[in-house]
Amino acid sequence: MGTISRGFTGRRSAADAKLPPGQYLTTDFPVLSAGPTPHVPLDRWEFVIDDGTNVLRKWDWKSFRQLPTEIISVDIHCVTRWSKLGTSWEGVSLDTLLADVKTDASYAMARSYGDYTTNLPLKDLRNEQAWIAFRFDGQELAPEHGGTARLLVPHLYLWKSAKWVRGITLMHHDKPGFWESLGYHIYGDPWKEQRYTEDE
Amino acid sequence: MWRVGTVVALHDETMTARTIALEVPDWPGHVAGQHVDVRLTAPDGYSAVRSYSIASAPNSDGRVELTVERLPNGEVSPYLAQELAVGDRLELRGPIGGWFVWRTQQTEPIQLIAGGSGIVPLMAMIRWRAATAGCAPCRLLYSVREPRAVFYRGELQALSDRSNAVSITYAYTRATPKDWPRPPGRIDATLIATGTWPSNLGPTSYVCGPTSFVENATELLIAAGHGRESIRTERFGAIGERK
Repeated sequence: MGTISRGFTGRRSAADAKLPPGQYLTTDFPVLSAGPTPHVPLDRWEFVIDDGTNVLRKWDWKSFRQLPTEIISVDIHCVTRWSKLGTSWEGVSLDTLLADVKTDASYAMARSYGDYTTNLPLKDLRNEQAWIAFRFDGQELAPEHGGTARLLVPHLYLWKSAKWVRGITLMHHDKPGFWESLGYHIYGDPWKEQRYTEDE
Repeated sequence: MWRVGTVVALHDETMTARTIALEVPDWPGHVAGQHVDVRLTAPDGYSAVRSYSIASAPNSDGRVELTVERLPNGEVSPYLAQELAVGDRLELRGPIGGWFVWRTQQTEPIQLIAGGSGIVPLMAMIRWRAATAGCAPCRLLYSVREPRAVFYRGELQALSDRSNAVSITYAYTRATPKDWPRPPGRIDATLIATGTWPSNLGPTSYVCGPTSFVENATELLIAAGHGRESIRTERFGAIGERK
């Protein structure tokens, strides 16, 4: 046990039991972004899967919205220590988007409008673990929360769920994205508390 | 790695915010704009961790200052802003963050825009630039509810009286000083035009405050011609005004 804080009792609730280590529960939806919020008109929005050289798949908003969607109810965990339980989203599964993509790549870099990037193992984007979400709580996703559409990978810290996502580049070797180059963990599992570069 | 700091001084900035000075013997040093995680632990082992920006300039003597605003329903901030006493020990982890930082190698003009307690990491930049006599011209646009909500009031006044330290524009959202030329209100295009560097000087802008404040300020900067890549942000709290 660490240093005891004289006179500190803290708050505990039943829901804390469902939280990863070091997280606290919030009912708000705080925002973490490194720069201005991009606003992309729907007629210019696109989502591209490429291998760094060639475009493998590409959707505009209209063709993207013709894909089957799913309602997703998940807990989300931000590295700044808040967690929100039972959030409700609508989006297209990455399994759908990657279905016809033949690749031997093992990693992916998610790319956003506004030039944000974040890296993930490709297997973390498959098997009903990741979506491109465009609705939150039954409403269009607000720009400050990543609308038009964001990546949603709820089993990792939320910075991996790139806001304003515009595509995914498949890679043979892992490479750090934006926050991963600035002191944050390369993988980011909240249950292992992989917050910072030096965490195991 | 958690380090243990000892509280060596406490100073009330406003009715609700307090600066905590800590001696951290093995402090590795920090960059202006970074934050730390603070961990409180109850006698039964329960612990709570929150992030706080560092207010002090980088230094080598192991002293770290945090300024903590007490949130009405907070779990950690009321303890730090009220209960904590000189001589108490506090666990810290960090420094953390490599993006919302200002480094002395940067020579372009600096535009700082603070909403409320968003001043804290910007104060570290102001102090560091003043301490190193940096040549980057520096302006601060500081939006607060009312005059008595200003943090670091005396020190900011002294710095703005010095030549070439920082030029400050205050904006009040609820109540102004007597005979203040501008009625209370949030930052608008006129204030951006008169109180910040024009885009053609190529400043780097640092905007910190509640989410709605940051959204508004960054949109105004972009409308005034600033490139998105020149604007760095740090947001706290939920959508909408904090009570």
